[in-house]
Amino acid sequence: MNIDVRSITRSFGAFRALNDVSLNIREGELVALLGPSGSGKTTLLRIIAGLETIDAGCEGSIAFDGHDVTDRPAGKRGVGFVFQHYALFRHMTVFENVAFPLRVRKKKHRPVEAEIQRRVQELLDLVQLGGLAKRFPAQLSGGQRQRIALARALAVEPRVLLLDEPFGALDAQVRQELRSWLRRLHDEIHVTSVLVTHDQEEALEVADRIVVMNKGRIEQVGSPEEVFHHPATEFVMEFLGQVNVFHGRIGDGVARLGEMTIDYPSYPHAEERAATFYMRPHELDILRTANGPGQLAAQVVRMNPAGSSAKVTLQTREGTPIIVELPLDRYRELSLQRNEYVFVQSRAARVFLPDASSEALPDYAI
Amino acid sequence: MNRIVESTVQAGVQVRRVPVSTTEPFWIRMLLITITVVFLGFVLFMPLAAVFTEALRKGWGTYLRSLNDPMAWAAIRLTLLTAAVAVPVNLVFGLIASWAIAKFEFRGKSLLITLIDLPFAISPVVSGLIFVLLFGAQGWLGPWLKANDIQIIFHVSGIVLVTVFVTFPFVARELIPLMEEQGTEEEQAAVSLGARGWQTFFRVTLPNVKWALLYGVILCNARAMGEFGAVSVVSSQIRGRTNTIPLHVEMLYNEYNFVAAFAVASLLALLALVTLALKTIVEMRMQRQAAESLSVES
Repeated sequence: MNIDVRSITRSFGAFRALNDVSLNIREGELVALLGPSGSGKTTLLRIIAGLETIDAGCEGSIAFDGHDVTDRPAGKRGVGFVFQHYALFRHMTVFENVAFPLRVRKKKHRPVEAEIQRRVQELLDLVQLGGLAKRFPAQLSGGQRQRIALARALAVEPRVLLLDEPFGALDAQVRQELRSWLRRLHDEIHVTSVLVTHDQEEALEVADRIVVMNKGRIEQVGSPEEVFHHPATEFVMEFLGQVNVFHGRIGDGVARLGEMTIDYPSYPHAEERAATFYMRPHELDILRTANGPGQLAAQVVRMNPAGSSAKVTLQTREGTPIIVELPLDRYRELSLQRNEYVFVQSRAARVFLPDASSEALPDYAI
Repeated sequence: MNRIVESTVQAGVQVRRVPVSTTEPFWIRMLLITITVVFLGFVLFMPLAAVFTEALRKGWGTYLRSLNDPMAWAAIRLTLLTAAVAVPVNLVFGLIASWAIAKFEFRGKSLLITLIDLPFAISPVVSGLIFVLLFGAQGWLGPWLKANDIQIIFHVSGIVLVTVFVTFPFVARELIPLMEEQGTEEEQAAVSLGARGWQTFFRVTLPNVKWALLYGVILCNARAMGEFGAVSVVSSQIRGRTNTIPLHVEMLYNEYNFVAAFAVASLLALLALVTLALKTIVEMRMQRQAAESLSVES
């Protein structure tokens, strides 16, 4: 189902949880709303579900497949909602939990008992917990509970599935498993899904598209590749993945970062101005000898080769920390020593001009 | 012989396992336990035993005859009637009040919680007097009630009214903390799954608090049947008409009819024992539920 969110504003007292937010979610895709706590992502999800209202004076609207549902109550929107803390009915068995949406239907729409049995079993098999029908929620692990909550939400036969930090309360390993399981499930049943998360790794791995939110606004909407490699704003740059931040100046087609100067033809103006440079750890390389002005001298502080790549922490003479991620081959080849002085070279960087409404200049490569 | 030695050794091992720093010397433990038992013996078991001994002093025949007295039956009927009205009224009121307090945010909420506790804070005699002041012949609403030919004070309706007043905190006090702890997520889930308001209440909210509700009802019932002070102020104490069990006991006692007084009082004592037993069972259920919901959240 296609979801159209148009200029939604929601305040709690003086706090603006959502500020004129518009978003389109396409049929069958899995969208992640990503942002830090307080960014408004959960509020947006709850407004789509009908569990939260928009501001009284707000002109905005929510439409499902072109039909306005702004004033339609949650139970009549055909959405399946999965809560962070599962919200399973603690006094009902797993079976009754999943059967609940079928049993509360109006009499003429309510399936007969045999049909309820069949459907619930089918859903429990879908979430691979067919054998646990008679258990109570308290007797299940966190991951199992969340899968039951998902089965229950699917029993509504939702046209859209909304998940509020579904893996937030689980430990790392279960989280990883459920994440890929959810992606496989989505590929199987293709129901339009919106997932709220503050975990960028989760969003990057699971979603077709990511909506990055901050302070009640949408910062960027794009595929995981787009938001990670072509962040539209400084916030997105800093929020997604680790990044080295440098403050320097730019002008006359040259960027200056301490002793390092880099050609920067996309800013040819004579007037020099302050700029912020962002470089991802994996976009940096370490050299033993300087081969031009494009490098920054730094001292090796710490090395951590445990992992799929080696992380090297360095410090410039001014005390700015730099994190470099090297492929293990390159790391072994260099055989760095602690406290050794080396040169850091950047393969790519993004420049943001702080006073120009966070406008991004095109990436450059050396 | 061998057996005894073995068990002594085991006992010795067990005693040694308790770290000295976390327990008191033997004589202090014995002293505290003895004080508790002696105190309870004086204030609890002795009076309870006294009630039944006095009631049965002249044998079962007299005991049963005292209970079979029409005036005693009238008092029992009135007490049952009072409880039959007060308990359901307070059950409904308690559910509504705790639902409102636990699930909604509104101004003056803490004041409302304090007001619900009011009957616990003031003496029952004062509660009775308040109703006399309101509904008595010289009271605020007295003339209007008289003009409309409604009698409350010195009437059964007055007894029911003060009993409702004195017992209304019981159910609400039990439910509010539990409902607050449970939050509204399950209700939200129910609503998002298509349940209508009454379905959410009867299928989700009510089953989640049923044991606490029953606990409150048991306490409320015990108090409704046993209330003396407030009821004695608003009752005209006419035998067979406005006499509840506690009032009837006092009346018999004042007439030096000790056996009958204690016989009727033994009914209240039995009610207390039954209440205690029910309370213990429900408490065990509630603890089990609390343990379960704890593991749901973790």
